[in-house]
Amino acid sequence: MRRAALSLGAAIVAFAAILAIFAPLLMPHDPFAQDLTHRYTPPFWLPGGSSAHWLGTDGLGRDYLSRLILGARISMLIGVSTVILSGIIGTTLGVLGGYFGGRTDAVVMFIISCRLAIPVILVALTTVFMVGSGLWVVVLTIGLLLWERFAIVARAATRQVSGLDYIAAAWAAGCSRTRVILGEILPNIAHHLLVIATIDMAIAILLEAALSFLGLGVPPPLPSWGLMISEGKDYMFFKPWVIEIPGIALLILVLGINLLGDGLRDRLGARTEQ
Amino acid sequence: MNAVLEIEDLRIGFGPLEAVRGIDLVVERGQTHCLVGESGCGKSVSALSVLRLLPKRARFSAARLAFEGNDIAGLGERGMARLRGDRMAMIFQEPMTSLNPAYTIGSQMIEVLRRHRGASRAAAVDRCIAMLERVGVTAPAMRLGQFPHQLSGGLRQRVMIATALLCEPALLIADEPTTALDVTVQAQFLRLLADIQRQMGLAVLLITHDLGVVARVADRVSVMYAGRIVEHGATGAVFAAPRHPYTRGLLASIPVPGKIPPGGRLGSIPGIVPRIGAGFAGCAFRARCAVAMPACAAPVPEHRLADGHRFACHLGPDGAWSGA
Amino acid sequence: MIRFIVRSLLLAMLVCLTVLIVSFALTRLSGNLAINLAGPDASAASIAKIQHELGLDRPLPVQFAAWADRALHGDFGNSYLYHQSVSSLIASHLKVTLQLGAIAIGMAIIIAVPLGILAALHEGTWIDTACGLVALIGQAVPSFWLGLMLILWFGIDLRWLPIAGLATWKGYILPSFVLSFVAIPVMLRLTRGGMVDALRADYVRTARAKGLSRASIVLKHAFRNAAMPVVAVSAVQLGFILGGSVVTEVVFNVRGVGYLAWESIGKGDFPVVQAVVLLFAVTFVGLTFLADLIGAMLDPRVRG
Repeated sequence: MRRAALSLGAAIVAFAAILAIFAPLLMPHDPFAQDLTHRYTPPFWLPGGSSAHWLGTDGLGRDYLSRLILGARISMLIGVSTVILSGIIGTTLGVLGGYFGGRTDAVVMFIISCRLAIPVILVALTTVFMVGSGLWVVVLTIGLLLWERFAIVARAATRQVSGLDYIAAAWAAGCSRTRVILGEILPNIAHHLLVIATIDMAIAILLEAALSFLGLGVPPPLPSWGLMISEGKDYMFFKPWVIEIPGIALLILVLGINLLGDGLRDRLGARTEQ
Repeated sequence: MNAVLEIEDLRIGFGPLEAVRGIDLVVERGQTHCLVGESGCGKSVSALSVLRLLPKRARFSAARLAFEGNDIAGLGERGMARLRGDRMAMIFQEPMTSLNPAYTIGSQMIEVLRRHRGASRAAAVDRCIAMLERVGVTAPAMRLGQFPHQLSGGLRQRVMIATALLCEPALLIADEPTTALDVTVQAQFLRLLADIQRQMGLAVLLITHDLGVVARVADRVSVMYAGRIVEHGATGAVFAAPRHPYTRGLLASIPVPGKIPPGGRLGSIPGIVPRIGAGFAGCAFRARCAVAMPACAAPVPEHRLADGHRFACHLGPDGAWSGA
Repeated sequence: MIRFIVRSLLLAMLVCLTVLIVSFALTRLSGNLAINLAGPDASAASIAKIQHELGLDRPLPVQFAAWADRALHGDFGNSYLYHQSVSSLIASHLKVTLQLGAIAIGMAIIIAVPLGILAALHEGTWIDTACGLVALIGQAVPSFWLGLMLILWFGIDLRWLPIAGLATWKGYILPSFVLSFVAIPVMLRLTRGGMVDALRADYVRTARAKGLSRASIVLKHAFRNAAMPVVAVSAVQLGFILGGSVVTEVVFNVRGVGYLAWESIGKGDFPVVQAVVLLFAVTFVGLTFLADLIGAMLDPRVRG
């Protein structure tokens, strides 16, 4: 059962990654090409659907499947880049606090407390509004906001690992602090960070979708899934599939990432116990 | 005599493992019966199975499990719950964790009387105070308002036993009650247990790995090894003339002042208790036994001596190969 | 205990002060606020006028000191958009947000805690798996999309509930439910984990050995101990629910603080934005403090 969940999660994430990497090759149409004579063509399983547009077209007659595939690229790009950024910030803070303890740790804990108090969505919306919307603005904004999980876990894991014998041995053998941190501590807390990376990636993707939905995320005409839902929402009473398709895509991707994260936690956690 | 608890052919398993492989045990009124053995030999699960407190995944069967003459092997959870805490009570090894940290001592004692006796709060409080006093807890009224973390280990164990005795049970099962206590507190606690048992005419089933404890309190002793009782008898008889090599090994490992020559080594049995699966035959102790022979892989015969003394070994009472 | 409270309070105040600075700095991120406000076609003279009126031509530290001083006295200036004091504007929008938040946390507890207990009691069975699935999906579903889908199902297809607004009590159901989804997965997992540990604990074995009823064993002895972290987390989750109010209020067209903030951001009404950011932050800090306090109160070992 748990194995199956892990495999399913890995399969979903791998599929999304393939879509993202090979998007230009996989898109059947130009995702930006408008065709106002074919607006809201339904997907193939509904009456009026055709194989010319498997998932139909949007309000400007753009091919929905192509936009969905490019949307996967945007979601994965956002997810991976923000996790790298927030991972670097959070891990640095957490390891410093956990390793040095004392006053350094108090400062780190204070920074984490402040970060937790800041309402993410409001600050992100304001920042995007002030700086101007754009894909990389969104990546930077989310990345600079979502590092607290990394910091908290890295700090706790570092504290735990620092007490172990081989770290003390490395110390005693005269290794420098940098050596101990990079060579001994980081590899030993990496499995915790990997699990946090999946959690944060899921949150980043959902947050980007929410920002784009609220009109202050990825700018049109880029097909972020959140933006596709926002663009379709005025028409959803007549064509529910315009919000159902990107919404389900978002749900499946985030579910897959979470399944992968849970599975990794179980497996890696078990390994450290043995 | 007056048997409170009679067990015949009790078997308990977990998955592929056979934790208890058919044991017989009788505990009589006013008697302390010690079940002794190393950890992992199945004594704790045997005790838990009497109250039917085994984990759900455990397999359990018994030819007869009689309490005060009534067979309770087929009794459901509701019926068992009515007996537990009322007619049969149990105390555990860890007084630290066996009390609920979130509730006061009073709350945890009173609920027993309210459940089994339907007592009013005031009556229950009086009874709890009296019982705490009886087990030697000072300032009992104050203790009722305290939380477990405010008491010492010895006091907590006294609270546990007072709680167990509230409804004047016929049987008390104590699973390593002194293991977590300091040596001096241990001695006090054993004396208390003996006093109460005499006054109340309790039947006590005491689980321990400590033969020193057995020597001090037990009327009868059952030595358990790898899910079987390998030797049983009156404590005096077993200590004076242990028949099973395992019993002898255990006895050799207790330090007795004056008996060990200066510089002499304290005996101990090398190895650990094996885990036994289905289809195992022969004596389970043979891998660690000093006098084992190839023939020990055959089914083990049981020898009966005077006064219920019995043991299971291929070597007979005279120490010769019994040829079974 | 007193020391603990004083320390936590001091820390909380320090955090609030930092957030005060952040919320000020936030609205100075772009080069020139006045250009934003005056519009792209405004003349240099009108921009300068706006700058002067709002005090934007003074040095930043002076601006901050003036703003912070007034903010600490509860005066956040006037809304550019509504020409009304920010405090009264927020006060008039706060009620619905708090109502929705309170109903949402109640719903989350009513849904998550029994499911968590159920999962723990049937650990490893299909019931446990099903509850885990609820948590997983709850975590993965985008709340704005869930809101839209619920509007489609219950508002359009079934016509049971209104599609927007809070005109009747029925209007509260969908927005509160969507908000509660923020907290359900965390609370469900926490309840399950706490109950699994508690049910294995020695004191539960003691409770069984005392012959107590199943209800007493599960609810009094096990749940009381499992509930401590859940109660503490509920307070923090209420803070996250407030954050979620922005999206939910926009989806359901509810004129609460979240909606107000979204509208103000989109129109550059910064006095309102600053005040809402601060309000959310202070509320979150307050709730975290409350959570610590409740946690300490519930645990006799800390209280003692």
